[in-house]
Amino acid sequence: MSTVFRRAGIFLYRFPGLRLALLLAPPLAWMVVVYLLALAFLFLTAFWRQDPVTSAIIQAWGFQNFQALWAVDVYRTIALRTAGMALAVTVTDVILAIPIAYYAARIASPRVRTFLLLSMVLPLWSSYLVRVYAWRVILSSDGLLNWSLHKLHLGSVNLGFSNWSLWIVFCYLWLPYVLLPIFAALQRIPNSLIEASTDLGARWFTTLRRVILPVALPGIVAGSIFAFSLTLGDYIAPNLVGDTEFIGNVIYQSVGIANNIPFAAAYAIVPAVIVAIYLLVARQLKAFEAL
Amino acid sequence: MQPAVRLEQVRKTFGDVVAVAGVDLEIRQGEFFSLLGPSGCGKTTCLRMIAGFEEPTAGRILLQGQDVSRLPAYERDVNTVFQDYALFPHMTVYDNVEYGLKVKGIGASERRRRVADALAMMRLDRLERRKPGELSGGQRQRVALARALINQPRVLLLDEPLGALDLKLRQTMQIELKTLQERLSMTFLYVTHDQEEALTMSDRLAVMNQGRVEQVGTPAEVYENPATGFVAGFVGASNVLAGDAAGAVTGSAAAFTIRPEKIRLAPLDETPTAVESSAAGVVREVVYVGAFTRYTVDLDGGGELVVMQQNLTMSSMEVLQARGQRVRLIWDRQHNRAIGGSVQEQREEER
Repeated sequence: MSTVFRRAGIFLYRFPGLRLALLLAPPLAWMVVVYLLALAFLFLTAFWRQDPVTSAIIQAWGFQNFQALWAVDVYRTIALRTAGMALAVTVTDVILAIPIAYYAARIASPRVRTFLLLSMVLPLWSSYLVRVYAWRVILSSDGLLNWSLHKLHLGSVNLGFSNWSLWIVFCYLWLPYVLLPIFAALQRIPNSLIEASTDLGARWFTTLRRVILPVALPGIVAGSIFAFSLTLGDYIAPNLVGDTEFIGNVIYQSVGIANNIPFAAAYAIVPAVIVAIYLLVARQLKAFEAL
Repeated sequence: MQPAVRLEQVRKTFGDVVAVAGVDLEIRQGEFFSLLGPSGCGKTTCLRMIAGFEEPTAGRILLQGQDVSRLPAYERDVNTVFQDYALFPHMTVYDNVEYGLKVKGIGASERRRRVADALAMMRLDRLERRKPGELSGGQRQRVALARALINQPRVLLLDEPLGALDLKLRQTMQIELKTLQERLSMTFLYVTHDQEEALTMSDRLAVMNQGRVEQVGTPAEVYENPATGFVAGFVGASNVLAGDAAGAVTGSAAAFTIRPEKIRLAPLDETPTAVESSAAGVVREVVYVGAFTRYTVDLDGGGELVVMQQNLTMSSMEVLQARGQRVRLIWDRQHNRAIGGSVQEQREEER
């Protein structure tokens, strides 16, 4: 038995190409079948249509779904609203994450750093639904927020359920995904780079702007991609704490209620295109060069 | 003239660890000064305090007579060449060199002129569009120098800048650095653990050990007249004889050092002249190093001496036959150097 293994081992040792092929085959198969094929199928489906009378799917090619997307106001508004929300959430999260990540990565003692990292990741251990519902409890008109404001004699705000509350919840939900890559990027910067900048006459803010942030840019972009694409695709939070529709809601309804899978597929291509544009812009800004 | 740098009773502790234990130093205007010592001796901490990256726990640091102990690094008229070069990876060579002028708000036309000069001086003009990642070690070294020199600092601080280079390139850069320093007549403060580097480049050097300065002097002074057993051992190889072993040679138990290259291997029956010291012993070890041979001799009177002999006529075969033989070691008495302090203790510290 052992000689079989030994021979196989020697055989593989002599053919590194085969070794690599064996190693990569399972993940590659997964990528191709589950991801690329599904994406291709989604793309194809978008050109089919639904019979308005029978609701059956007709496999005939045409641009009618995309025409509807473009022509109908509501769909345009929803797409713009979703992209706008994604952008607002991304910007907010990046602004929130940079100082926290900087403190954790470069200033805090190892013990405080561990504590901070743990509290960044800890929310991810609880269910997404629980976290959204928790915010619902906080933001509703007789919720924790208004109760506290009332006790402090500060009047009340009527946030929930609106785009404002949704913005708060999204920012909260995706903050860990933005924090971690920025933290990693900031921690990798050698101390001597910052010292060199100071040594050459730069004050702290100049060093931040000209050295620290540019060097950490790939991490910042990685984090922003998380926040941006997660917001684009989410449909549960808008259902629970919002009062308007987002791309995800329309897709959900098209599939789940109207059974109009071709239209859902066409609408699903919209966020994919937006993310693709985002990545292209990031590449144009040379955000990936230092990777 | 004011000294370029002056340290007065400078101390630095990190928690319980004493990195620098009260250092007094004066570095003269326009000299190439080295801080030499083993790792952990406090030499880099001294440099970092002068640069402004660390604040001294006690004592004062003066640049050109001005107390800068509490000034931030960006307010000090010194620049640093870092051990890892610390080039900004996202900037081109040109932008790296220009950085110091840019953050100081120098006008665009003057910036262009001075960057062009600096790049030409360091022979970097053809590489100005490259990123640091696309440069060799020696090129990065020159970029780091150009960047540090662009602000025309009063003192250039160099923190083991040649450590990452291979031997040949290191020797070329040593000569280049020394030439550069003389041409600019700028004060260079050079930190190194490499005694050969310190001896070849410096006008003066300070040997440091355990947070203290053991000796300050020219390379010849430090090499010929080591003030302590530590200096004798660290700067070049050295023999230390003390107590009974010293008594057997000189008739006094006082500790002294003798350089291995000053000792001559002689036949057992040769008699030394009146100005010579001598000791008999058995050759324990012979190491053939090409240009010379290193013998370790166990002395009859206790202790051991290392002897270095140039291989004038001997081949490696002949040389190796000396092992186990009884020999007499003879050297000029004037090369004996008395050293202060307890030798035993200093030897312990070296380990």
